[in-house]
Amino acid sequence: MKLLIRSALVAALSVGLMSPSLAENKLLKIGFVGVTSGPAASWGISNQRSMETRAAWLNETGGVKIGDDTYDVEIVSFDDQKDPKRAIAGMEKMAQEGIHYVVGPNVDDGAAAVRPVAEKNGIMYFPYAFPKELYMAPASNAVLGMVANYQSGPAIYKYLMENKGVKKVAFIAANESDPLSQRDGGVAAAKALGLEVVADKNTYQNDTRDFVPVLTPVLRTKPDLLVLSGVAPGNAPLLIRAARELGYQGLISTETAQDAQVLQEGAGELANGFISVGGASTPEIRTEAMEEFIERYTAMFGEYNDESNTKVYALEYILETMKANPASMASVEEFQKTMDTFEAPNIYMKGDAMLKYVGMTSFGQKRQVSVPMVVNEYVDGEFKTLFIAEVD
Amino acid sequence: MEQVIANGLYLGAQYALIALGLTLIFALMNVLNFAHGQMYVLGGFVTYVIYGQLGLPFVVALIASAITLAAVGAMIEIYLFRPVIRKSHREESTMLLAAAIAFFLDAVILLLFGEKQRGVPKILDGVLNWDFRIIMPYDRIAIGVLAILIIAAFILYMQYSKTGRAMRALAQDRVAAQLMGVQVDRYSMIGFAIGAMLAGVVGGLLVTITGVNSGIGGPISIKAFMMVMIGGAGVVSGAIAGGFILGMAESVGLSVFSGYGDVTYLIIFASLMVFLAIRPQGLMGKPWG
Repeated sequence: MKLLIRSALVAALSVGLMSPSLAENKLLKIGFVGVTSGPAASWGISNQRSMETRAAWLNETGGVKIGDDTYDVEIVSFDDQKDPKRAIAGMEKMAQEGIHYVVGPNVDDGAAAVRPVAEKNGIMYFPYAFPKELYMAPASNAVLGMVANYQSGPAIYKYLMENKGVKKVAFIAANESDPLSQRDGGVAAAKALGLEVVADKNTYQNDTRDFVPVLTPVLRTKPDLLVLSGVAPGNAPLLIRAARELGYQGLISTETAQDAQVLQEGAGELANGFISVGGASTPEIRTEAMEEFIERYTAMFGEYNDESNTKVYALEYILETMKANPASMASVEEFQKTMDTFEAPNIYMKGDAMLKYVGMTSFGQKRQVSVPMVVNEYVDGEFKTLFIAEVD
Repeated sequence: MEQVIANGLYLGAQYALIALGLTLIFALMNVLNFAHGQMYVLGGFVTYVIYGQLGLPFVVALIASAITLAAVGAMIEIYLFRPVIRKSHREESTMLLAAAIAFFLDAVILLLFGEKQRGVPKILDGVLNWDFRIIMPYDRIAIGVLAILIIAAFILYMQYSKTGRAMRALAQDRVAAQLMGVQVDRYSMIGFAIGAMLAGVVGGLLVTITGVNSGIGGPISIKAFMMVMIGGAGVVSGAIAGGFILGMAESVGLSVFSGYGDVTYLIIFASLMVFLAIRPQGLMGKPWG
């Protein structure tokens, strides 16, 4: 019996000592600066939690091997409260901590505000903001972390023109910089495709709770397609519900990522047919790794957020690029050189999809992560793939 | 035009109910409760959990929201505002305390209920469609009517109950009421609890229409302050008038100026500034407080 206990103890100790979690790994800090409080909190929280989930997963399975060393990943987060001044403070904090790679900010003005700090301190950052100046030369340190509306919008409108006979389109946006710039981009794209734009001036305050008065004049224009430009996930079900309750029977779409449960709770079956854009969003294209990511996220935080289908990618790109060129850990110039030729398997999506930097067509240089542009249709509580496209 | 008026009346009813609690607390204690919006959000989440998650009847959830917020309001008054008011005669002390409570509740609500927008099943299906001149879902009509009934009940309670009369006496002249035997501490606590309860009830009512999320407390408070400023701080009828005026202004503005971008709030704020410059005490407030 004693022998049995001793053997068990030795075996347990051996396993423990060999266990990757006890290995003396170095520490690799990756930053996050974004909005994790207030009405837009879900944008940043889904970012932060995606990074924390992936980091915990990597650390648990032995860490990340970059060059000759193995690293545990630590996520350093800063809530910018959607305020550009705080975003600058957040980026300065990252610089003080010696962090060279930061995910965020989540909105246009924050991303523009941190640019000087990032470029001065040698920080590459991955915003979820669409202004092209951030990614076009002479700007060098920003990498767009998702598909921009001026890339997804034309594809969606073209699809709906050809497959659903859409001729008239109306736009509505929150009166804030991101949604307004997305609306303007959408209007230009729709006009370029020959669509008749019947409403493009209607806006609402982002804290609006009742959208019936806002939508009443828009729906009088009888559009075939109502575009909710840059709509926050919290507002999407309220807008859809108000439109449907006012008798609107046309199509509704947006170019931002949404959450199926939020749509289900907020609009129920009225949200059926709603078109949005996601990452590896739908079960039919997810790999087992994506399923495991969702399980781990749910276990850590109690509830998954479908926005993370897109936001799972930024950290992956940073780490894989470092693996491809270990010198980039300390030098963003090395990182930038690697971006031009970098390719790695996309572990979250079935098929032979690759992680690679894109953006030559939109920005003239590779300053965008290649996230699959999965255009979804919401049906009875879940997203179904409408079509998949790629950004050049 | 019929639709615009119907939208305005519905918005006005819910706005008036939001503003009532805020103005009651201000009238009784001279406290600007910056946490009013957060109390609304908490009430919404209580209804969300009980009606939306546990599947209990909506009425039960609404009563639970009312009781929870009344208890929270009473505790806040007893343990936070009362000692501060006793020790400090500076008005900014209670303002800072209210702001701190707002931030605290924001953080707690985010922690407890998460960052996502939440919603519950509709309490009534179907839509009233009067020849496409007025389209109004039945649940909105029900909530609008309920809001008006609650406002009426509140006015009757304040007018005819012993507690209501005591609170009105306190609001009119605190020292005189005290000299006449009104227990200031007791009725301040009851008043704060009722104010918080009203915020909770309207949060519970509106979660069925507009859902709730953890970040909307601040904007709700700002809107409530606007209504109170329009009607006159500390005057119940003023808060009701302020709510209906703001609701109607939003509805008409969003319809008439829809082709000019977001000028409705620009015009509302500009008008409010001019109005306050001419009549700083609001429509029904008294210049001396």
